[in-house]
Amino acid sequence: MPQQSERRSMVLPAHQLEKLIEVLQHKGYDLIGPTVRDGAIVYDHLESAAELPAGWTEEQQPGHYRLKRRSDDALFGYVLGPQSWKKFVHPAELRLWSAERNDGVFRILNNESRPHRPYAFLGVRACELAAIAVQDRILLQDKYRDAVYSARREGVFIIAVQCTQAAATCFCASLGTGPRVLDGFDLVLTELDASGNHRFVATAGSDRGADVLARLAGNAADSEDLRQVEATVDAAGHQQSRAININAAKELLDQNFENPRWDEITKRCLTCGNCTMVCPTCFCTTFEDISDVTGSHAERWRRWDSCFTLSFSYIHGGSVRASGKARYRQWITHKLASWIDQFGAPGCVGCGRCITWCPVGIDITDEIRAIREAANHGNS
Amino acid sequence: MNMSAAIQLDPMLPAPYVVRQVTKETPDTFTLTLESSQGNDGSRFEPGQFSMLWVFGVGELPISISGDPAEHGRLTYTVRSVGQATHALVSREVGCGIGVRGPFGRGWPIEQARGRDVIVVAGGIGLAPLRPVIYHVLRNRKQYGRLVILYGARSPGELLYRRELAAWARQPDTQVLTSVDYGGLRWHGHVGVVTTLFKYARLQPSRSVAMICGPEIMMRFVTRELENNGLQRQDIYLSMERNMKCGIGFCGHCQYGPHFICKDGPVFPFNVIRPLMDKYEL
Amino acid sequence: METLERIIVQHPFFAGLDSSHLALLTGCASNRRFRAGEYILKEGFEANEFYVIRSGRVALEIFEPHRPPIVVETLSDGDILGWSWLLPPYIWRFHAHAVIETRAIALDGKCLREKCEQNHDLGYELLKRFARIVAQRLEATRLQLADVYAVK
Repeated sequence: MPQQSERRSMVLPAHQLEKLIEVLQHKGYDLIGPTVRDGAIVYDHLESAAELPAGWTEEQQPGHYRLKRRSDDALFGYVLGPQSWKKFVHPAELRLWSAERNDGVFRILNNESRPHRPYAFLGVRACELAAIAVQDRILLQDKYRDAVYSARREGVFIIAVQCTQAAATCFCASLGTGPRVLDGFDLVLTELDASGNHRFVATAGSDRGADVLARLAGNAADSEDLRQVEATVDAAGHQQSRAININAAKELLDQNFENPRWDEITKRCLTCGNCTMVCPTCFCTTFEDISDVTGSHAERWRRWDSCFTLSFSYIHGGSVRASGKARYRQWITHKLASWIDQFGAPGCVGCGRCITWCPVGIDITDEIRAIREAANHGNS
Repeated sequence: MNMSAAIQLDPMLPAPYVVRQVTKETPDTFTLTLESSQGNDGSRFEPGQFSMLWVFGVGELPISISGDPAEHGRLTYTVRSVGQATHALVSREVGCGIGVRGPFGRGWPIEQARGRDVIVVAGGIGLAPLRPVIYHVLRNRKQYGRLVILYGARSPGELLYRRELAAWARQPDTQVLTSVDYGGLRWHGHVGVVTTLFKYARLQPSRSVAMICGPEIMMRFVTRELENNGLQRQDIYLSMERNMKCGIGFCGHCQYGPHFICKDGPVFPFNVIRPLMDKYEL
Repeated sequence: METLERIIVQHPFFAGLDSSHLALLTGCASNRRFRAGEYILKEGFEANEFYVIRSGRVALEIFEPHRPPIVVETLSDGDILGWSWLLPPYIWRFHAHAVIETRAIALDGKCLREKCEQNHDLGYELLKRFARIVAQRLEATRLQLADVYAVK
């Protein structure tokens, strides 16, 4: 895969981020990027670089997330917040269509809410690029095409950002989904030396990316810049203490539908579904049909759903997965095993959000280890 | 773009259909015949496929198509009223509008069954998704061997399509056996679960394809009976059911192991799902 | 017209029995014919026979004084009717009545019981076969109990 060194890379002084945002806005993009709100770094519409989380980082552990001040003004010195880009391309709630009824005859109005301008995503991590690709595979490249995703995904301008550090909960390196950004972007930035010569090494990954880059003021990157980029990203990879061996995990889960560990997890898992909400690849939805009191106007709404709910598997008066044990097992098995049967690649990209945002700190990487241990123990 | 074209392109938009006929099959089961109100001929379907039927402001349900695949222009569904949504559906009167999405899913193996005997085993409302197979086989009689229909229901009043069952029994090379769990006073036919009918059926297992539809327990016991009679797992097909919302593989609800019942099924060869059926709360 | 012997020898239920056992059975057999509606056996009465149904339909019933009998199962061509003759206290547990005209072969259970006591090989062979029948009936009955078609 071509590294930043092999493409034409530029060095941009940090203040050029403001110019980058202006160029994108001028081109008509709705810019989405990270910003601090409610004690977390979230993704939202940005008007200027001043809204970026300069000088902020976070501390992540199982069931723990705290924002912390950095000693420098790095703009992308954090790793991942609770939200993912699916918030925009696979929205949590939207109206699919509405209908009018007159004398028993109805008309469907194809008035699904659409964004007015294409998005530009600023600050997409390698794991998030992988997650976007996972959702592309399901929602655009399978038997049917999801019209909502298709309309929102088309034309998204992606400015990726290479991680210069890893959170304690990250494990993208073990899955091959990061921290290096390889493709699927229009521009990729690596932030260097935020406390000194604060700059970004920028590389275009597409023609329109190159066009934007051409409108910014910077010099060609030299070998020292490129060396620092590689070293920083390498370090982010080596920092990771967690890992999943996906081939081994799939085989383990395929063969351990019965395993004592499930009974242990069920004592802790609240089936709250947080993991599915923060996961960048979870795609399950449900529909709600509503009408007004006159019965002449109806709407169908789509919202995120979670396999952790009892209603998810409800048929004929009961839920197929009535126990919490069955629902946790379904989630982890789908994510790491059945997903591969269905779509040719795992659903997990190693972002670690499910670990951080689980209220009781269940760690997917540790559960795989524990399931294997319980299986081996049973066999010895 | 006009709505007709939009609906054809977007499988999430219901096409407007109108109820043309409502037939009461049993006290809680009705057959609805629908016709497109936009002149679409979206009525081509394969036996075993289903539609998502939408009742204005109430909700949507996956219902198997129970009509004749050779009859174009109309779609027929047999619905049992068991809750709010099904009740709303069966209460539609002639002239009412219903939204239809589909047809979706993988249907019965009518191609693989050519030249072979066809064994249809149905329980309760399970005869509805199998009726299109029966129509197809009888319409193309020379392409198939014997037709054996084994049908069980809870009681005589819950048997579907009684007149058609009698008519099918009179067809050449066709055996129809029905049984009920609870006979009641006026029933002089077989009493017992549908598996008890196997010993009266004239089967040639090595040249048969079996298609089963009914409650999951019933299907499990029937597969056991079929295997005892010498059928191979890959020649036995079941129609599975799980919670469905979108019908097209996006909502995730209908997953059964690695399979999406809506697009990998609902019809599955038994050898594919046999290992899954042992898994409690899969 | 088929002889009793031919029917017994060819019936799947008796498959595998050696010729001496088959001859014994044939010796205890007789042809019977029941009109539609006729009772073949009644609950509480001594069970001294069992039947191989040749044609027709027989309903097994539970009887309650204040309402019509409940048919729990029907038997038809080729089925074996009656296993209570084999186990003490040798009393029928259900009614059995012919729904339509039914032809059957009756086997003298009382006589066979004595023969089984003397000849344990014959006893074992018959017990094996009847055990399978009881197991099949039990499985079918349990499925009926599961009430799979009921709306939950």
